[in-house]
Amino acid sequence: MQPYEVTLVVNGTARRVRVPARRLLSDCLRHDLGLTGTHVGCEHGVCGCCTVLLDGEPVRSCLTFAVTVDGREITTVEGLAGEDGMSPVQRAFAECHGLQCGFCTPGFLCTVTALLRDNPAPTDEEVLEGVSGNLCRCTGYQNIVKSVHRAAELIAEEG
Amino acid sequence: MKPPPFEYHAPRDLGEALDVLAGAGARGKVLAGGQSLIPIMNMRLASPEHLVDINRLHELDTVEETAGGVRVGALARHSRVERLRAHPLLGQALRLVAHPVIRNRGTVVGSLVHADPAAELPAVLAVLDGSVRLATAGGTRDVAARDFFTGPLESAVQAGELAVSAYFPNTRPRSGTAFREVARRHGDYALAGVCAVVTLDEDLRVERARVACIGVGAVPVVVDVPCERRPAATVGWDEAVRAVREATDPEGDIHASAAYRRHLVGVLAEQALKEAARAAV
Ligand SMILES: Cc1cc2nc3c(=O)[nH]c(=O)nc-3n(C[C@H](O)[C@H](O)[C@H](O)COP(=O)(O)OP(=O)(O)OC[C@H]3O[C@@H](n4cnc5c(N)ncnc54)[C@H](O)[C@@H]3O)c2cc1C
Ligand code: FES
Ligand code: FES
Repeated sequence: MQPYEVTLVVNGTARRVRVPARRLLSDCLRHDLGLTGTHVGCEHGVCGCCTVLLDGEPVRSCLTFAVTVDGREITTVEGLAGEDGMSPVQRAFAECHGLQCGFCTPGFLCTVTALLRDNPAPTDEEVLEGVSGNLCRCTGYQNIVKSVHRAAELIAEEG
Repeated sequence: MKPPPFEYHAPRDLGEALDVLAGAGARGKVLAGGQSLIPIMNMRLASPEHLVDINRLHELDTVEETAGGVRVGALARHSRVERLRAHPLLGQALRLVAHPVIRNRGTVVGSLVHADPAAELPAVLAVLDGSVRLATAGGTRDVAARDFFTGPLESAVQAGELAVSAYFPNTRPRSGTAFREVARRHGDYALAGVCAVVTLDEDLRVERARVACIGVGAVPVVVDVPCERRPAATVGWDEAVRAVREATDPEGDIHASAAYRRHLVGVLAEQALKEAARAAV
């Protein structure tokens, strides 16, 4: 059970790591690559805070082995901001108080980034369905839903 | 909650995968989307010695629409099959499986092989009389849904076998379908659920009605329900509800008692049958 050489393109940069096959992508990002923005709550797919983008699609990093995604592109919360600062989704969450303790936030931000790319003007119902796999123990979700709509506005305004 | 160590195999094509699986025998397990297997490994409820990762077998990432139905390859993920709208009942069921993010990884065939008694897709395969194609290095065999689900979390897949595809037959003309379930929280496995297929004759009277129920037995419970040959809107489903309650044998757990599940499955059967009948017109 020798370690595997794995290359992940994380937030646009190719990163090489040597990991055992059983290394979860979440642990690989956090421990091997030092990207602790991706949070880990339940490790069985329920809470959603470990959600990252795999070739643009949101997935649970706690339910993915790093070896499986060798060579693929990963975007974590650290990669959402652009050169001129936070992304519209991040700014909307800050503006609308879409977070309190912030533990769930990386997962919401990644999920919502993909949601708005696929559906730039979601209804309330579509927002709820879209974030239904992410748990938040603080906000009561109202401000998260507001943040998603606000992010949609910001993205539309900024083209 | 970390998975135990295992020997990892990442075959590049089907032939190689089957050879590796043959070599691993009962000590091997297939890794598809990992959305059931990895939680189980994280919880140390399974510790396969060999994992055969099929995520590079792009030849199995297929959804083929034929005259008679839809054949879904082993690497076709829930979200893709849902987007293709290849089969109405399959689409209705997929929207009830977990959350969108889980469906980005989970595979249709993986859900069937996993054979959770509360999972939606096994019921769809069962109510449609579909089948699963299993391959070994020596050849393939098709197993009908009624023989495929053998117990809770148990399917007909033998050591060394790979499920390469599943076949979901189309419903007959003038058919409607529906899937109703009740779960404690959005995206959870259901306490109970019912999918229904109702077929009308040429005069738009109900000719045939069939349901498959989940969460109320070890495997999906299929019932050909008694129905009066009358126009869909005027059919009373009381007898069907009785037949469904009689055919199911739910167990109680911390989420719901057996009696509640039995009550629930009848209510859901009536709702699903009515909705399917309306959709058939
Ligand atoms: C939070 C959460 C909620 C969920 N809710 C639901 C729900 O409401 N309804 C529901 O149905 N499911 C639910 N699931 C389970 C999920 O849908 C799984 O994705 C699915 O059951 C398995 O598909 P997979 O491709 O991920 O299979 P894996 O997890 O990779 O494998 C599952 C099992 O099938 C075997 N297997 C997989 N593919 C093959 C193959 N081609 N040949 C032979 N063996 C194979 C594996 O060895 C393993 O034993 C939920 C999961 C999570 C994490
Ligand atoms: S840590 Fe991955 S879903 Fe909770
Ligand atoms: S902000 Fe604290 S869990 Fe969501």
